[in-house]
Amino acid sequence: MFMTKVLIVGATSAIAHETAKLLAKDGAEFFLVGRTADKLEAVENDLKVRGAKKVESLLLDINDFSRHQELVDKAIASLGGLDTVLIAHGTLPDQRAIEQDVAASLREFNNNCTSAISLLTILANYFEKQKRGVIGVISSVAGDRGRQSNYVYGAAKGGLNVFLQGLRNRLAASRVAVVTIKPGFVDTPMTAHLKKGPLFASAEKVGGDVYKAMKKGQDVLYTPWFWRGVMLIIKSVPEAVFKKLKL
Amino acid sequence: MRRYESWGRYPSIKPENVKPVYWQKDLTELKETNQTVLPYGLGRSYGDSCRNDGGILLDTSGLNRFICFDENTGVIRCEAGVSLAEILEVVVPRGWFLPVTPGTKYVTVGGAIANDVHGKNHHRNGTFGCHVTCFELLRSDGQKLFCSPEKNRNFFRATIGGLGLTGVILWAEFKLKPIQNSFIDVEEIRFSNLDEFFEITAQSDQGFEYTVSWVDCLAKGKELGRGVFMRGNNNPSKFLSSAASNKQLPFSVPLDAPEFLLNNLTMKAFNTAFYSIHFKKVRYKTVPYDPYFYPLDFIDRWNKLYGKRGFLQYQFVVPFDNNNYAIREVLSRIANSGGGSFLAVLKAFGNVESPGILSFPRPGVTLALDFAYHGEKTLKMLEEFDQIVFESGGAIYPAKDARMSAASFERSFPKWQEFQQYIDPKFSSSFWRRVTDPLKGAD
Repeated sequence: MFMTKVLIVGATSAIAHETAKLLAKDGAEFFLVGRTADKLEAVENDLKVRGAKKVESLLLDINDFSRHQELVDKAIASLGGLDTVLIAHGTLPDQRAIEQDVAASLREFNNNCTSAISLLTILANYFEKQKRGVIGVISSVAGDRGRQSNYVYGAAKGGLNVFLQGLRNRLAASRVAVVTIKPGFVDTPMTAHLKKGPLFASAEKVGGDVYKAMKKGQDVLYTPWFWRGVMLIIKSVPEAVFKKLKL
Repeated sequence: MRRYESWGRYPSIKPENVKPVYWQKDLTELKETNQTVLPYGLGRSYGDSCRNDGGILLDTSGLNRFICFDENTGVIRCEAGVSLAEILEVVVPRGWFLPVTPGTKYVTVGGAIANDVHGKNHHRNGTFGCHVTCFELLRSDGQKLFCSPEKNRNFFRATIGGLGLTGVILWAEFKLKPIQNSFIDVEEIRFSNLDEFFEITAQSDQGFEYTVSWVDCLAKGKELGRGVFMRGNNNPSKFLSSAASNKQLPFSVPLDAPEFLLNNLTMKAFNTAFYSIHFKKVRYKTVPYDPYFYPLDFIDRWNKLYGKRGFLQYQFVVPFDNNNYAIREVLSRIANSGGGSFLAVLKAFGNVESPGILSFPRPGVTLALDFAYHGEKTLKMLEEFDQIVFESGGAIYPAKDARMSAASFERSFPKWQEFQQYIDPKFSSSFWRRVTDPLKGAD
């Protein structure tokens, strides 16, 4: 895949930034979207030093769906087209806390699923017409099966996974690659409050995997690789047993 | 998963209370904490200067973004957690190189400043701190100090070589040096004793940017201090490539090696082989910068070769004198004890003065050694070395130390009290408490 005109949504996320560093080294041009001005500026400067030909950005709260068309139009106008999209925004809620709060549950669902569906609906039409390009979306292994400790996040990522399957199926005819990215535990600011174990991977490692998978136009990426096996086992446990587990 | 050990792994690990720092805002709570804090980058300090037992380590390796780089002037500004490896990857293909580099590229810019690191070109270009133009220092009360040789000059001087105790360096700016390509022209000269070493040093300091020697510390008598002198310059040809080197580490030590691996026999075999390979008096070669500057970086986590016991580095500097008593005495004691150092590195420092109050390098000769930790025996031997070093008016390097006494520290750094007033009240380290608490008690 050619990855030269790159839109990144959630550009200040650690995984997105690590992926972008590799694209910058190749001399890509970027349009970055994020919601915190100083972080966005920091990433912008970093990518310029690392070799990006051009970096522009837009400050936006991704739950403001009414601005999604504007976001896509601005990105295309800024870069003179688009061949690569990486959707990387997301939040990890405290499951126990949001169980008591309908509004918070729905907001988390929007952050992690609906907002991406809205954006991808607009982007898909552009890519379908253009008949080339790659769309990478950072989902999670948590979307593979619902667990009591994390099921609102899991449901959002699961919804996203099915949406991406369908989108991949639709865009295959237009030779547009849709890459579902399923990281396991990654050592990032999003997980800073969690106790780290040996299953945690660095954002640098995961970002490198994302870069390679998007370059190849791979369908589904588990990163690090062993999560494919781990999730295969988790998915194969019968529900009658699974529901009694503390997961 | 990160381990938060020191590189020498002695004293051995206790679990640390670690706070990861990804953005400046992660540091806003410093005011509220009632424990002491210490910045921790990539953990390449050998002893306890990167440890803060009972307190909090601020893992600042997440502050790793570049801010700007002027390809015309070679001035680069980046957050303090950026590693020298990352800088090389960005700047070498564009014709620039680090002004000063230590023997590993896996250190952060913040760590390079805090230890005011030196390299093979100290005789010409001084320490890393000599090339720093400015940085921003965050104090625990939330104050941000812009420090340069003109502004907040005292904090500038205290932070360079300040062992991370003056606050968190948020970003730093320094000047790179121009290169034509990424290769180094090297001459390796075998010398058969210390006198020859000093002769070659005298001949090389003018014509060679980089000088360093490996010494066979098992050789005795007339051969005492024999070794290989490695001197080099950046290759001047415009026609060689400056492609960045491969950042993957080819070898890694996955587990603690059994403790018998580095024993006297393997040490003798290695030292004899190294000396004998250089069968000709002089060898010339042109090599990429990576194997020249960072030979040990090719073995990821080589410190585990010493096994669980860990090891001690010992580096000192002594002023030049007529018979180089201290170097001779230390080398002959090691040779006679038979418990040699696997790697012994000898280099002459120059007289370029660093701005750092607590900077280690000073004009003279420096010798770096490493010893597997064999309990009291090792500590006692190093205690004896201290005496020899101080008789010659020398000093010991804190970044590599895990055992020097408070008295030794004071003799190495007589200006420590001047430095002390710039320490942030919330910042401390295991090293600092070890070497200064007894001194304060004596007041």
